[in-house]
Amino acid sequence: MSKPTALSIGIQRGGLEIRQFMRQRESVVFTMLFPLILLAIFGSVFSNQIAEGVTFSQYFVAGMIASGLVNTGFQQLAIMIPMERDFGTLKRLRGTPMPASSYFIGKSILVMLSMLVQVFLLLTAGVAFFGVNLPTSADKWLILLALLVIGSACSTILGIAFSNVPKTGRGASAVVSPVVIVLQFFSGVFFIFTDLPQWMQQVAAIFPLKWMTQGARSVFLPDSFAAQEVAGSWETGRTFAIIGAWLVVGIIWAIRSFKWERQ
Amino acid sequence: MSTVISVAGLKKSYGANQAVNGVDLQISQGEIFALLGPNGAGKTTTVEILEGFRDRDSGEVKVLGFDPATKGSAAQAWRDRIGIVLQSTEDAGDLTVYESVSHFAKYYKNPKDPREVIDLVGLGEKVDALGRTLSGGQRRRLDVALGIIGSPEVIFLDEPTTGFDPEARRAFWSLIRNLRDEGATILLTTHYLDEAEALADRVAVINHGQIIEVSTPELLGGRATSLATVTWREDGLTKSEKSENPTALVSQLSSRFKGEVPELSVKRASLEDIYLEMIGGANE
Repeated sequence: MSKPTALSIGIQRGGLEIRQFMRQRESVVFTMLFPLILLAIFGSVFSNQIAEGVTFSQYFVAGMIASGLVNTGFQQLAIMIPMERDFGTLKRLRGTPMPASSYFIGKSILVMLSMLVQVFLLLTAGVAFFGVNLPTSADKWLILLALLVIGSACSTILGIAFSNVPKTGRGASAVVSPVVIVLQFFSGVFFIFTDLPQWMQQVAAIFPLKWMTQGARSVFLPDSFAAQEVAGSWETGRTFAIIGAWLVVGIIWAIRSFKWERQ
Repeated sequence: MSTVISVAGLKKSYGANQAVNGVDLQISQGEIFALLGPNGAGKTTTVEILEGFRDRDSGEVKVLGFDPATKGSAAQAWRDRIGIVLQSTEDAGDLTVYESVSHFAKYYKNPKDPREVIDLVGLGEKVDALGRTLSGGQRRRLDVALGIIGSPEVIFLDEPTTGFDPEARRAFWSLIRNLRDEGATILLTTHYLDEAEALADRVAVINHGQIIEVSTPELLGGRATSLATVTWREDGLTKSEKSENPTALVSQLSSRFKGEVPELSVKRASLEDIYLEMIGGANE
């Protein structure tokens, strides 16, 4: 038999990852349904218009899509990988001829699929129950697509890199979730970003979630709203530059820090 | 017989702790070799260096002619020829036995048939059971299946039968002997002395990071020539005597009792006695 390639093994691993994910019902429900519950709560509590023709739900859906990138990539992997490290999964894989890249390809497939399902559910629920308007121009859809691909890649690699921070699998959720929740508050997911205190805005601007959120707003909010952003424009170029920079940081960080064994 | 594993002057320390302090080993093709030693003796560190999981400080190590410390694609080709059964793992709980084994088969150039391997380790009836529903012993057999699926030439087994019932252990031993008969070389670490005695062609005792002795289980620690203990019952008391010449002692007892000696037994030191004496002696 000829030797399979890293890519073909990676795709097989992706299928396996998805199968394992689907069999953990609690985590399927938590990962997929929780954002919908939040959308329902926030959409019902804040039914006001925040600007001409812009409902809070519209603003919030943009934030939740950006959060979805962080939840399905960063949060999911930074919790899952330490558990696999504790269980001995990673060490066992290291002892086989499986190329290391196949493992990461498998994880990326899992993230990509859960991200797409998440975005689809948010948009469907938003349109069906909260009067959310979908973008109408091809340009906006293209920006959304680019944001999902690059944002998800960035989130995935940062999750892999951060997986070395929690010391145990058991404690991973307690380390990772607060980071995500604080970033969500700071980045204008739950509140209007420009209503936040200056220092909070400045801290948020260092991290990619703020830019993912802003990028999603540029897709879902009318261009007239751009004037109300911090810079008075969508800053699309800067948005992608900063997310891209974090992607590069994540790659270097992950290569340097990734451990196959519990220390 | 060609040498499959060779270790010379191996050293490894963790800070001030010299975990492995000059280990030498030669293991031939087709041999079952057991490494015995108390916890913290350097057993796991030695084996993990051979498996390529740990780097060494100094010394020469070759497994199948390859230095396990090498990284990159050459290491991948080498990993294709070895099989590792780690100490207890609890991964892949959400996959069935068949899914796990058939997936691992895809990592190797020349895998065995997944279904055959599952039958071989005695999990035939559990082929569609999820990993998390298996008992401890069944999990261990799954670990073994994953370790041998790639038709390895060298198999590392770390405490393989922990949690097995006696029947499962015997079945496991015959599985290991079959793999050896097919030409595999097996390096085994175990806490069970009877396991080493039943399986191993040779055993090495390691303590304080050094090999104390390498021998066959029968000859280890001068076992064959050690004093025998003769025990019998006399005047309502159990009496025993250590002797270099137990036969003479028994015939002496026999004439004293004019025939049958009550509750007579003659015992040589077990491997366990010898082993405990060796590591106890080394601790002093």
